[in-house]
Amino acid sequence: MDLSYSPEEERFRAEVRQFLEQKLPAEMSEAMRLGRSIGKEGHDRWHAILNEQGWLAPNWPVQFGGCAWNAVQRHIFEEECCRAHAPRIVPFGLSMLAPVLQKFGSKAQQDHYLPRILSGEDWWCQGYSEPGAGSDLASLKTRAVREGDHYVVNGQKTWTTLGQYANWIFCLVRTDPDAKQQQGISFLLIDMDTPGIEVRPIILLDGTHEVNEIWFTDVKVPVENLVGEENKGWTYAKYLLTHERTNIAGVGFSRAGLEAVKRMARAQMHRGRPLIENPHFAARLAQAEIDLMAMATTNLRIISRAAAGQAPGVESSMLKVKGTEIRQEINDLARRAAGVYAMPFASEAVESGNEPGLGPEGSEAVAAQYFNNRKLSIFGGSNEIQKNIIAKVKLGGRA
Amino acid sequence: MNFELTEERQMLQDSLRRFLRDHQKALQASTLLGAGGEEGARGFDAEIWRKLSELGVIGALFSEADGGFGGQGFDLTTVFEELGRAGAVEPVLDTGVLCGSLIADLGNKDQRAFLADLIEGNLQLALAHGEANSRYDLAQVEALAKTSADAIVLSGRKAVVVNAEAADVLLVSAREDGASGAEEGISLFLVPRGTAGLSLRGYPLMAGGRAAEVDLDEVHLPLSARLGERGQAHEALLRARARSEVALAAETLGAMETAVDLTKEYLGTRQQFGRPIGTFQALQHRMAQMLIELEQARSAVINAAGHLESPSTAERDLQIAAARNLIGRAGRLIAEEAIQMHGGIAMTQEYELAHFAKRIIMADHRFGDTDTQLERFIDLSAA
Repeated sequence: MDLSYSPEEERFRAEVRQFLEQKLPAEMSEAMRLGRSIGKEGHDRWHAILNEQGWLAPNWPVQFGGCAWNAVQRHIFEEECCRAHAPRIVPFGLSMLAPVLQKFGSKAQQDHYLPRILSGEDWWCQGYSEPGAGSDLASLKTRAVREGDHYVVNGQKTWTTLGQYANWIFCLVRTDPDAKQQQGISFLLIDMDTPGIEVRPIILLDGTHEVNEIWFTDVKVPVENLVGEENKGWTYAKYLLTHERTNIAGVGFSRAGLEAVKRMARAQMHRGRPLIENPHFAARLAQAEIDLMAMATTNLRIISRAAAGQAPGVESSMLKVKGTEIRQEINDLARRAAGVYAMPFASEAVESGNEPGLGPEGSEAVAAQYFNNRKLSIFGGSNEIQKNIIAKVKLGGRA
Repeated sequence: MNFELTEERQMLQDSLRRFLRDHQKALQASTLLGAGGEEGARGFDAEIWRKLSELGVIGALFSEADGGFGGQGFDLTTVFEELGRAGAVEPVLDTGVLCGSLIADLGNKDQRAFLADLIEGNLQLALAHGEANSRYDLAQVEALAKTSADAIVLSGRKAVVVNAEAADVLLVSAREDGASGAEEGISLFLVPRGTAGLSLRGYPLMAGGRAAEVDLDEVHLPLSARLGERGQAHEALLRARARSEVALAAETLGAMETAVDLTKEYLGTRQQFGRPIGTFQALQHRMAQMLIELEQARSAVINAAGHLESPSTAERDLQIAAARNLIGRAGRLIAEEAIQMHGGIAMTQEYELAHFAKRIIMADHRFGDTDTQLERFIDLSAA
């Protein structure tokens, strides 16, 4: 048992840290630290910086332009990115679709789409959930009917994250309505500019526009946009979901969040003393930190097994539940620390940094983040679904 | 022992509930008025405000001696539980309870004339008391009042003044003696909108309505602007806060009831895996827990309201701290569980649950959060 990183791993960490110090634009890091939006331009810019360095696709095999890092290196990279307040890499093309294309896509699809993901030419979004198919994803109803050399797609997808920026969407569609639920589903790539597609914004409870409804009316999709075989889409989707669960613990986010809370609690006065010295607040903060310390090690245990070639199993469900609970607790602490200044709704002017914030530094986004991050335990397989998986595996088939 | 409302309060509850149900659309629209509004906007629906006053909602907050027909703890809870159930953002708390109590308590004959206007719905008020460094402590006042032979001059800044832009008159606190943190030496002043040197930076609030940062740059007032005795406002502020906290606790309880109702309904109708999700025992137990916490919250509000007129202010404040600590905890559980059991739909601004969750959670940031209430309770029980 040895909790320390190897000298090579430490060298790698130093290299990553140096890169971030040199290449991460200061204003971008500042915006992320204060919980401000960086918009599509910001994401595109960071994407390009990473691509130039060759570090955009840590999880891709080298032959496709990846950097072939092992799980420990990827973890170190993510940790350092969070520490430096780098923007999150938009995962839909890079970490979700790409692994599916690399494993199940045709040579033509790989040659066409993968370079465009790296270059940023294509922005992908994910067409999975539907209004009636959330936790029960396999009950999805969007229909694709084959007519000659194309499919005709009709239906509705929802919760499509950053779909307003996307020019392509990968979709699960029903191609065989008579087959058993999971068996009649196919995986289709759809150009968002095709006639019959309509993107409607969904405004979230914190006033942000990050998800959308996407409506398909008689949308013609060429058959060569089918990934793998018809009616095998569920297998590919499940493969994709295991990739969606990388970095599921969000250790780096929690660490950065905890630091932000501490910073605010040192500056905020409560009864004439800094809030961080208040026993009730300090106890809450300490408990969150204790939980995070243990979870970080659970995360490393799983990563180290993955680096040795073992696929993570039910543990990733455990990490998702614990990781989101800790992140949400830290969001709760942040709003408490901000006191009365948690109440204002940050205007666009404040959000974009054009006007000074109202309260202590970092307080303007805390309430919005608290509400927005309620999504963490809902999306990517809700925590209830994760617990079903844990129970099913550990209790032997009785979920 | 009798836990029934009096006939008068029952009638008020019925008519208010009916009115709020009939105006659901307008109430929902007004939750977004602050956000969409221009600087200086009201952030609430003036028509709803007028009708609420016609119904007697504001009169119910005052005793007969003050021109109303209620004014006791259970009058406040009757009104505010209904406002909370409907998710109303109209500033009944700030104008009616917080400022109304201060004028009723401290006002001289001329100043008390405001009460009639207030009860008729013709006056908006805001309390400009908290400051950037005061957090939830009423005695932390740094703004200064300097008195000369014929004028009072205020200078300083006030933080997160709810309803400031709509207010015809601001009740501004400032220090005339002592250091920040001293209970002695704090006075209140009536400052009409538009007074020279008074400027507001307004903004919407996360849970609806608006507030402002208030800058006092050499605000000259006549000597008659002081509300109450020189330097003696702290006790009245404590009393006004006590009344406001009882009202806010009841309002939060009402919002919790609606969050629970919406979740119950959703569990019965949302189908996943071929059946209503409310048939899953894992969710049934969580719903049961929410219902248990809701009854705890209801009793905590009754405890607080029942002690609002207690001759012992320590007993009054202990009961209020208990109620708000419990509601802080139960409210968080209910808001978060309601969102979680709804799933994605609860994350949208369009679905009404989001607004109620915000009302419940953001209430924790007024007058003292869950931890602060715990601290007050511990101090008062040790005393």
